[in-house]
Amino acid sequence: MLKIENLHASAGGKEILRGVNLSVNAGEVHAIMGPNGSGKSTLAQAIAGHPGYEVTAGTITYEGRNLLEMAPEARAQAGVFLAFQYPVEIPGVTNAYFMRSAYNEVRKARGEPELDPIEFLELMDQKLKLVDMDTSMLHRSVNAGFSGGEKKRNEILQMAVLEPKLAILDETDSGLDIDALRVVAEGVNKLRRADRATIVVTHYQRLLNYIVPDFVHVLAHGRIVKSGGKELALELEAKGYDWIGEAA
Amino acid sequence: MASWSESFDALPAGGVPSWLSTLRHSALDRFQALGFPTTRNEDWHFTSVTPIAERTFKPVVPKAGASSLSPNDVSALVLGDPAWHRLVFVNGRFEPSLSAFAALPAEVRVFTLVEALREAPELLAEHLGKLAGYQEHTFTALNTALLQDGVVIHVPRGVVVDEPIHIVHVADVQAEGGAIHPRLLAVVEALAQVTIVESYAGVGNPAYFTNAVAELDVGNAARVSHYKIQRESAEAFHVATAQVTQGRDSVYHAFSFASGAALSRTNIYTKLAGEGAETRLNGLYMIDGSQHADHQTFVEHLAPACASRELYKGVLDGGSHGVFNGKVYVDPVAQKTDGKQTNHALLLSDQARVDTKPQLEIFADDVKCTHGATVGRLDQASLFYMKSRGIGAEHARALLTYAFAAEVLETIELDTLREGLEGLAFARFTQGEQR
Repeated sequence: MLKIENLHASAGGKEILRGVNLSVNAGEVHAIMGPNGSGKSTLAQAIAGHPGYEVTAGTITYEGRNLLEMAPEARAQAGVFLAFQYPVEIPGVTNAYFMRSAYNEVRKARGEPELDPIEFLELMDQKLKLVDMDTSMLHRSVNAGFSGGEKKRNEILQMAVLEPKLAILDETDSGLDIDALRVVAEGVNKLRRADRATIVVTHYQRLLNYIVPDFVHVLAHGRIVKSGGKELALELEAKGYDWIGEAA
Repeated sequence: MASWSESFDALPAGGVPSWLSTLRHSALDRFQALGFPTTRNEDWHFTSVTPIAERTFKPVVPKAGASSLSPNDVSALVLGDPAWHRLVFVNGRFEPSLSAFAALPAEVRVFTLVEALREAPELLAEHLGKLAGYQEHTFTALNTALLQDGVVIHVPRGVVVDEPIHIVHVADVQAEGGAIHPRLLAVVEALAQVTIVESYAGVGNPAYFTNAVAELDVGNAARVSHYKIQRESAEAFHVATAQVTQGRDSVYHAFSFASGAALSRTNIYTKLAGEGAETRLNGLYMIDGSQHADHQTFVEHLAPACASRELYKGVLDGGSHGVFNGKVYVDPVAQKTDGKQTNHALLLSDQARVDTKPQLEIFADDVKCTHGATVGRLDQASLFYMKSRGIGAEHARALLTYAFAAEVLETIELDTLREGLEGLAFARFTQGEQR
C-alpha cells in the first residue's frame, strides 16, 4: 500500500529525514517509535503533504501512485489520513460543516453521491458513539476551546467519518489520561480492516498496549535504525532509546 | 463650496421654526469656515475626501409620482425582518407607502423629522444639534445646514421597546449626482431600551453622496443597540457620524457593517459621561476593487468605572483600502476605566492595503487599556489542516475567510440580522455553496 524509499526531508533548510525506508501493506499496523527530535512527526507530516517540509530526495509510493506529486487534499481524497499531534483550532467553522465538507469531498473523489445535512447528521450520530462524544460538539467551532483530550478524540472522530485506507496517528497518545487513551484506541481498533493500514507514531509504548502493532520501527537521527515485532516496543520501554544509538 | 450654498438657498423656507433656521445658518457658516478636511488633518490622514470635495452635488428633487419601488422590493434590498417597525426613505424623502408600522409601546414616539417639527417641536428644539458637534466636524456641519428629513425617536423613562426600529435609506437612479443628508435623533431616557437599525442601500448603481448624522442620548441605565448596515451603490460616497452620550450604568452597543460605496467613512463618537457605563463598538467591512472603507471611533471615558470594548474586522480583496482609527481618551476622573480595542484585517490580495492607527490618551492612573491590531493573510496551519481532510484549496480558503468574518458577526444580538449578514458573507466568500 505504502512504500517509502530513501526519503530525505528538511524544514527551514535543516535536514531532518536522512534516508527513510518503510513498506506498509494493507491490514498491517506499524508503530514508529523514537526519541524526541528523531524525525517521527516530520515523517508523518511529509506523508500528509505539509508544505513546511521539503522532500529533497527519495520517493513515496501509495497504491502505485507517486504521492509526492499529489496535493495534500488529493492525498486525503485518495484515503490518506493524518491525526495531528496538535490539532488546529478554527474558530467560526462548526465541526458539523467542516466534517461534512471533508466527507463530501472524499466521497466525490470516490465517485459516491454527497450526503445532505440531514443524512450526514444520522451518520455522525453513529460515529460520535464510537469516540464517546456528545452531539453538541458538532455545533462548536472546530477544536476551538476543546481540551487536549477532546481534540484528540475529534481527530479520531474525523478518521472514523472519513474511513481512510491509510491512517497515520501522530503522537495521538500525548496528553491523554488513561480513559481517553482507551477511548481513542478503541476507536482506532474498530476501524481496523484487512484492506486498511495504520501507522502509529509514538514516543511511549503505552498506546501500543491498546493498539497492538505488527511491526515496530525505531527512528533515530532521521533514519529507521531498527525494526522488529511488537516485543521491540517493550524492549524500548525497558531499556530506553540510548542502546539503539549504540546498535546503530 | 459654492454649490453647497446654492443647495442651502434652495431649501424650502416654509414651516421651519426660527431656532432651526438659526441652527442651519450657523452650521453653514461653520461648514464654510472649516472646509473639507485634507489628508494633513490627522483624523483624515488615510482618507482623501477629494472625490467628494471636488464634485458638485445637487439636492435630490424627487420626481412626481414618487418611487416605483414596492415594499417587497425594499425587503429584498435590506436585511432584517420585514415585520419590524420600518421607516423607508427613498433618496432622502420619507415614503409612507413603503414603510410598515409595528405595534410599539404607546409611550414611544417615532416621527419623521418633518412630523416632529409639527408634533414634538419642544423635543426637537431641546435636543437637535446638541450632541452632534458641528463646530468641529465638517460633515456634521454640512448635514446640519442641509438637513431636511430623518427620524426622531423618543423612548420615555423605563419603556422597553422589544421590536427593532428599522430606518431604511434607499437611493435609486434619481439620486444620481445628488447629496442626501439623513438625520437621526434618539432620546432614550433612564431605564429605557431600544434597538435601532439603519440600512443604506442603492439600486441601479447611481453616484450620489450620503452624509448621515445620528445623535443618541442614552439615559441612566438605558440600553441602546444601534446597527448600521451600509450597502450603498458601488459608485456612492457615504459618510456617517454617530454621536452618543451615555448616562450612568447605560449600555450602548453599535455594530457597523460596510460592503458598499466607492468611499465610505463611519465615525462613532461616544462619551461615557456617567459612572459604570459600557460601550461596545463592533464592525465588519468587506471590500474589493478600488473601494475605500474607513472607520473612526472615539471613546471618551469621562466618568469612573466605565468599560469600552471594540472589535473591528475587515476582509479586503482587489486593490481596496481599509482604514481603522480608534481613539480612546481617559479623563483624570475616569479611574477604573476598562478599555479594550482590537482590530484585525485579512488581506486576500497583494494589492489590498490597510492602515490602522490606535490612539490612547490616558490621564488617570488606575486604568486598564489595551489595544491590538493585526493585518494578515489566512493561517497556513489552518489551511493545511483543512486540506489534509480532503477539502480543496479554494474551498478551504473560502471557509477560513468566512470564519474570520463570522467571529465579529457573533456580537450581533438580532438573530435575523446576524443570520442575514452571515448569509451575505458566506455567499460572498464561497460563491453561494450550501451551508
